Amino acid sequence: MRRRCGDRAGTGLSGQTAQACSRDEKMIHSLFLINCSGDIFLEKHWKSVVSQSVCDYFFEAQEKAIDVENVPPVISTPHHYLISIYRDKIFFVSVIQTEVPPLFVIEFLHRVADTFQDYFGECSETAIKDNVVIVYELLEEMLDNGFPLATESNILKELIKPPTILRSVVNSITGSSNVGDTLPTGQLSNIPWRRAGVKYTNNEAYFDVVEEIDAIIDKSGSTVFAEIQGVIDSCIKLSGMPDLSLSFMNPRLLDDVSFHPCIRFKRWESERVLSFIPPDGNFRLISYRVSSQNLVAIPVYVKHMISFKENTSSGRFDVTIGPKQNMGKTVEGVVMTVHMPKAVLNMNLTATQGSYTFDPVTKVLTWDVGKITPQKLPNLKGIVNLQSGAPKPEENPSLNIQFKIQQLAISGLKVNRLDMYGEKYKPFKGNCKKRVLRKDPKYQIFHDTQTQGANSRRTCLLLLRSV
Amino acid sequence: MLESSKDSAKLDAMKRIVGMIAKGKNASELFPAVVKNVASKNIEIKKLVYVYLMRYAEEQQDLALLSISTFQRALKDPNQLIRASALRVLSSIRVPIIVPIMMLAIKEASSDLSPYVRKNAAHAIQKLYSLDPEQKEMLIEVIEKLLKDRSTLVAGSVVMAFEEVCPDRIDLIHKNYRKLCNLLVDVEEWGQVVIIHMLTRYARTQFLSPWKVDEVVDEYCENNFYESDEEQKEKDQKLKTVYTMDPDHRLLLRNTKPLLQSRNAAVVMAVAQLYWHLAPKSEAGIVSKSLVRLLRSNREVQYIVLQNIATMSIQRKGMFEPYLKSFYVRSTDPTMIKTLKLEIMTNLANEANISTLLREFQTYVKSQDKQFAAATIQAIGRCATNITEVTDTCLNGLVCLLSNRDEIVVAESVVVIKKLLQTQPAHHGEIIKHMAKLLDNITVPVARASILWLIGEYCERVPKIAPDVLRKTAKSFTNEDDLVKLQILNLGAKLYLTNSKQTKLLTQYVLNLGKYDQSYDIRDRTRFIRQLIVPNEKSGALSKYAKKIFLAQKPAPLLESPFKDRDHFQLGTLSHTLNSRATGYLELSDWPEAAPDPSVRNVDVAESAKEWTGILGKQKKEKPTKKFYSESEEEEDESASNSSSGSGSDSESEKEDKEEGSTDESSGSSSPSEESTDSESDSKESAAKKTCRAVNESDSEDIKKKKAEGIFKKRSTSSSSDSEYTSSDECSSGSKSESDSKSDSESGKSENATSNKKEEKPVQDRKTPKNQDVFLLDLDDFCPVTTPVAVPTAAVLSPSLTADLEGLSLSSSSVIDVTMHVSVPTKTHELLHRMSGKGLAAHYHFSRQPGIFGDCMVPVQVTLTNTTDQKIENIHIGEKKLPPGMRMHEFNPIECLEPGGSITATVGIDFCDSTQTASFQLCTKDDHFNVNIQPPVGELLLPVTMSEKDFKKEQGMLTGMNETSTTIAVAPQNSTRLVIIERVVKAANLGVVPSGQDNIHRFAAKTVHSGSLMLVTVELKESSTAQLIINTEKTVIGSVLLRELKPVLSQG
Repeated sequence: MRRRCGDRAGTGLSGQTAQACSRDEKMIHSLFLINCSGDIFLEKHWKSVVSQSVCDYFFEAQEKAIDVENVPPVISTPHHYLISIYRDKIFFVSVIQTEVPPLFVIEFLHRVADTFQDYFGECSETAIKDNVVIVYELLEEMLDNGFPLATESNILKELIKPPTILRSVVNSITGSSNVGDTLPTGQLSNIPWRRAGVKYTNNEAYFDVVEEIDAIIDKSGSTVFAEIQGVIDSCIKLSGMPDLSLSFMNPRLLDDVSFHPCIRFKRWESERVLSFIPPDGNFRLISYRVSSQNLVAIPVYVKHMISFKENTSSGRFDVTIGPKQNMGKTVEGVVMTVHMPKAVLNMNLTATQGSYTFDPVTKVLTWDVGKITPQKLPNLKGIVNLQSGAPKPEENPSLNIQFKIQQLAISGLKVNRLDMYGEKYKPFKGNCKKRVLRKDPKYQIFHDTQTQGANSRRTCLLLLRSV
Repeated sequence: MLESSKDSAKLDAMKRIVGMIAKGKNASELFPAVVKNVASKNIEIKKLVYVYLMRYAEEQQDLALLSISTFQRALKDPNQLIRASALRVLSSIRVPIIVPIMMLAIKEASSDLSPYVRKNAAHAIQKLYSLDPEQKEMLIEVIEKLLKDRSTLVAGSVVMAFEEVCPDRIDLIHKNYRKLCNLLVDVEEWGQVVIIHMLTRYARTQFLSPWKVDEVVDEYCENNFYESDEEQKEKDQKLKTVYTMDPDHRLLLRNTKPLLQSRNAAVVMAVAQLYWHLAPKSEAGIVSKSLVRLLRSNREVQYIVLQNIATMSIQRKGMFEPYLKSFYVRSTDPTMIKTLKLEIMTNLANEANISTLLREFQTYVKSQDKQFAAATIQAIGRCATNITEVTDTCLNGLVCLLSNRDEIVVAESVVVIKKLLQTQPAHHGEIIKHMAKLLDNITVPVARASILWLIGEYCERVPKIAPDVLRKTAKSFTNEDDLVKLQILNLGAKLYLTNSKQTKLLTQYVLNLGKYDQSYDIRDRTRFIRQLIVPNEKSGALSKYAKKIFLAQKPAPLLESPFKDRDHFQLGTLSHTLNSRATGYLELSDWPEAAPDPSVRNVDVAESAKEWTGILGKQKKEKPTKKFYSESEEEEDESASNSSSGSGSDSESEKEDKEEGSTDESSGSSSPSEESTDSESDSKESAAKKTCRAVNESDSEDIKKKKAEGIFKKRSTSSSSDSEYTSSDECSSGSKSESDSKSDSESGKSENATSNKKEEKPVQDRKTPKNQDVFLLDLDDFCPVTTPVAVPTAAVLSPSLTADLEGLSLSSSSVIDVTMHVSVPTKTHELLHRMSGKGLAAHYHFSRQPGIFGDCMVPVQVTLTNTTDQKIENIHIGEKKLPPGMRMHEFNPIECLEPGGSITATVGIDFCDSTQTASFQLCTKDDHFNVNIQPPVGELLLPVTMSEKDFKKEQGMLTGMNETSTTIAVAPQNSTRLVIIERVVKAANLGVVPSGQDNIHRFAAKTVHSGSLMLVTVELKESSTAQLIINTEKTVIGSVLLRELKPVLSQG
C-alpha cells in the first residue's frame, strides 16, 4: 500500500492519486497460494500489486497456531486483512482491504479450490504448478476487480478447456490452444449453470444418495448425540435442455435442505418436488438433514477394553467391532482410528482381520478392518508400551469408526420418480447400474468410545437413451 | 520468441511470462515486446497478453497507451463477450491518462444491449472510481441508470458499485427497492450477498422497528400466563394492530427467506443477519436451523458461523436452545472450533439443561487438548456464576480437578475457583487450606498468584496457615515470576496488618527482597507498601487507613462472555469477526423514530395509474390489520409492488422502444413463433369472431416483439430453451395449449397415437415450471406488465398496446395487469360424501391462485378426509370422463392417509370456459368413486387490473351484442363501495378497476381459457336500484354471470 503511493509519487502524479490510494476497494485484492512448508508458489493480483511480505503476518499466525487446523481464518494486519482457507495441504490466502462479509471470501476460495479439483483431478501444489497458465486464466475469469464473475464450472469449462494428456500433446505439436475458440453462450443464456448444445448418445442420469450418521456414543454405549446428514450427488449426462423433476415418497423426512441454485424454490415449497434444469456433469443437487434425530439406529457396536497400568509403563488394548441390526446389509469399509495419548511409545497388537498401523509421531492408530461378517467379529488386541516414567494417561482415547453400507439409506428416504420434460428423447426406466461409491462418508467420534458411521446408498434412477 | 512469426512460439513465450508473474518474479522489462501482441488474432495469446497488461500497465504507463486503441476497437465488436472483456481490461489498466476514455466506455457499455456487458460496466465503475474519485458525480449517474436495470445479472454488480462509490445515496435505492427484492432470488449468489447487506442497511433507515411491539407482547404474555389461549390471541391481535409492518418491509423478509436454503454459506449468513437485524423477534428464529446446518461444512465456515451464533446466543438464548446438541464438541474439531462451541454452550446454559451440559463438560475436561480443557474449566466457572443452583456442584467439581495431574488444568481451576469464591464469601476455609497445600506443587504463575491472593484476602479465616505460606514463599521469592512476587508482597502486607506479631519480620524480609528486585514494578510496589504499612515518623495520614485500603471488600469479578460486546457490529461482517472496526465498515443505523415516507418507493406512473396506486395503498392498509400473515395479503403486496415497479417511467419506456427496435435482429428466433401463432389462429374454431381474430393477430405481433425481447433479456433461473419460451408465450397469448404440444411434436416426428396420454402429461406438468419462468422473464422484461401471473396478461395487454401505438401517446402507457387475489371464497363444495365414499370424504373449493398449473387451468383445492379408523392408501385420480377439450391436471398420488387425518391436494382443470361438469374417478387402493366438479361461472375468470381509461376503451369495443345488462334492486346495506366490491369479488373472480365516480363500480377479468375480457359495471341509481352491465365476447358466460351476480347485490 505504502509502496504503491511511493511509486505514484515517483511517476510525478498529483495528490489526486494519493487520494486514490487511500480509497480502498472492496473484495478480494490478491491471492497467494502457500504450501505447508511456507513457500508462496503462486500469487495473483486483481488490483494493484500487494507485496509478498504481507504473508509474513500469516506465517506468524501459523507458527502460533502449532497445528495447521488452528490457523485463524481471519487475520488482521496493519493495512490489510488476510482471509485464508486450508485445503488439501495448501493455504489459500486472500488479501482484503476493507470490510467484507468473511464468509463471502471463504466461500469463494473454496469454490476456487473446487474448480482446481474439477480441472486437474486434484488440488495439489504439483497440479497447480504444472498448469499455472490455466490456473491464471481461471482466476482471471472467476474474479473481476475482486468481485466474482463466473464461478459455475460449466461456464468456466466452456471458456477454458480443462487439460487432458491428449490435448496437451496435440497442443504442443499444433500450437493450438486450450482456450475456447468459440465463445460461450452460457453467460448470456438464462441458465448460468448449464452450457448450451450438450449432446450425448447415451443419455444418462445418476443420483447418488449418500447419508452419513454422525453420532457420539459414550463409554457405556448409549448415544449422546446422533444425526443423519445426507446429500444427493448427481451425474447428469443428458442432451439439450432437459427439465427434470424428482419427487420423493417421503419428502417430509427432510428437515432442512440446501439446494443447488438450479432448483426452483417455489415448487419445493408448494409441492415438495425438486424441479430443475440440471448443470451438465457432476454436481451436488441437495444436501439435507433428517429430522428424526432420536430414531437413528447405529448399525455397529464396539466392545472395548483399554487400560493402562500404573508404574509398569504398559497397558492393554482390546477392541471388537460387531454389526447391529442393519437390514441384512453388510457393513463394509470399516476403518477405526484412535488418537492415542502422547505417552504411548508404540503398540504391539494382533488383528484377527485387516491390518493396523501405528504412527509413533502423530500417535494415531489406524485399523483397516474391511468387511464385517457376523460369524467372526473382528478383534484387535495387544500391549501398549508407554514412555517409561511418564504418568499413566488419565483418560482413554476416543475411537473413531467409519464404515459404509451400500444400497441402504439409513433415514429411509425413498425416491419416488424422476420425470423429464423439455426434451424429446424418451426416458425409459428401471435400468439400474451400480457404481462404486466414490465418496467416503465422514467419520464420527466420541468421548470414550465413539462410533461414527456413515451409511450410503446409491440409486441409479434412470437411464435415458435418445430415441 | 515473442518476435517470432509463429503463434505457437509466441504462446509458449507468453506462458513462460505468465509463469513468472505467478511466481511473483518481475517480468516488466518485457513490456514492449508483449504489448505488441495485444492485437494478436489468437485468442489465447490475447488473453495472456491481457493478463500481463493488467499486471504491469501501471508501471509502464506510456507504453500501455499503445494498446488502448485495440480495446477501443474491441468495444465496438459485435460479439458481446469481446466487448465485455475489452471493457474489463481497459478498466483494469490503472493509467490515469485514460480516465476520460474509460468514462466514455462505461457510459456506452451501461446502455449496451447485452446484460453481460452492462455487468462489466458496473464492475468498471468501481475500478474507475478507485483510480479517479473526481469522477464520482458522473459515475453516480451511471449507477442510477444501471440500478434501474432489470437484469438479474447486472443487479449484484451494480449494487456492489453503489456500495463502493456512494453508499450514502440511499435515495437512489427507493425506486428500485421493490424490484431488487423481487429479483433477489434469481440473482447469482455473490450478488445476493451484496444486495442483502445493502438492503439491510436500507431497511434500517426506512422502516419502523418491529421490536418495540414484540416487547409489549412478551411482557404481556408473561403477565397473563394463565389466561386462556383465546383471550390471549385476541389481545395479541389487538396489539399487533398497533404496529403494522410496512408492506415493503414484509416483502423484503419474505423474499429473502427462501435464500436460507442456498448452498452458499455466505448467502445463508447474509439472510441470517438480515433477519437478526430486521425481523420481529418472533420470526428471527427461523434462521437458526440453517445456521446449524452450516456447521457441517468446512472449518473456516464453521469458525465464522459459530462466532455469529455466539453473539446471537447471548442476546436470544431461545433461538438456539433446541440445537444444543449440535454444538457438542467432536474430538477431531480444531481447538478454535471447540472453544467457540464451548462458548455457545455456556451461553445457552440454563437451569433445565445445566446438568446435561456439566456432564458433557466433564468429558471435555479430560480432553488431551489442554488448551481446550482449560477453556472448559472457565466455562464451568461461568455456568456456576450464572446459574446459582449449580454453583456448589461446580465448585466441588472444580476442587476435585485440583488433584488432576495436569498442571494447566489445575492452574485454570485455581483461577476459576478464586473467582467463584469471591462471589461467594461463605464457607471457603476448607478449600483455601486445600489450595494452600497445592502451592508446593503448582508452578504456573497465574495459579500461584491466585492462591496467594486468596490466602491474603481471607487470611483471617486461615490464621495458622497464612504465616506459614508467607514463610515458604519468602524463601523462594527470588525465583518467582513477577506476578507471584507482587502477590507475595500483598500477602505480606495483609498479614502484617492483621497478624503483625507473627509476621512482622517475615514481611520486612520480603519487603527488603522486593526493594532490590530487578523489576521496577516490584520495587515500586515495595516502596509503596512499606510507606503505607510500616509506621514511621514520616508516614502521613494514610497509614492509618492501611487496613481499610488493603482489606476492603472487593467486588466479585463478573465472568462474562467474550462475545458480549460484539453485538454492536453488524453480524456477518469482517468487523464482527475481528471485533474491531474494519476499514470501510458502515455502521448499521438505529431504527428511525418515525417512518420516512413509504411512498418514495412507489414508482411514478403516468397520471392514469396514480389513483390506482392510491387505492392499492388503501387496500394495503386495511388488509394487513386483519390477516397479518395471510397468504392473500402477501400476494397482494407482491402484485402491488410488482405492478408499481413494473409500470416504468417515461424514460424507461423510451428505452424499451429502442430495445424493441433493436431486437428485430433476433427475428430468427421470433419467426418460428410467428408461424406457429398463425397456424394456430387458422386452426381456431370458426366460432371465434372476426373482430376477435383481428385483435388476436395484432396481438401476436406484439407478442412476437416481446418474445424477442424476452429471449434477449431473460435471465431467469428456470427458463428453458428458446423454443420452449416461444411455446410458453403462446400459452400466454391465450392460444389453445394443445397447439404447443403440437408445434413441438410437429417439428420433430409425428407422435405415436399410443403415447398420446404420456405426451399430454408432460405438457401439463411443464406448465408449472414455466409459469415461474414467465414470471421471472417478465421482471426482466421491459414490457410494462410485471406480475407473478404474467402468463395471461399478454393477451389482455396487447389490445391496449395496440391502442397506444395507434394513439402514439406513450405518456399514457396504460397498465393492465392481472391482479393477485385478495379474497378467496370460503365456500366449499362437497365432492364425495363420507357415506358414499366408504369413509373417505372429499370437499373442494376454488383457491383462485392463478397459474399454478398453467394459464388455462383453474386450480381446485380438494380436501380429503379419512373418517374411517383405518389407513386409506394410494389415493389418486383414476379414469376421467371429461367433455371434449377439457383437460385436467391430477394431484400426485397420496401414499397414505391416516385415520382422522386430512390432506389437501390441488388439481387443475381446464374447463374451456364452460360450466360443464368435470367427472372423474377418485380412487383408493381398493375402491373408486365417481365424482364431479362443476365450476360456478365466477371461477372461470382471472382478475385483471386496468385503468379506468382502458376499461372504457375496451368497453367501447364490446358493445352491441357483446353487452348484456339488467336492472336490479340493491339492498340498502349493500350500497356502499366497500360492500359492493367485497360481495362482487367474492362471487366472481374479478379485479377491481379504480373508478372516478362514486356511484359506478367497475370490475374486470378475463376468462381463464381463452382470455376474453369480461367487464362488469355496477352503476348505482336512485331509489336503491342499480344497473348491472357486462361486456364480453363470451356472451354465454356473460349472461350466466349476470344471473349469478344479481342475487348477490340484491340480497341483504
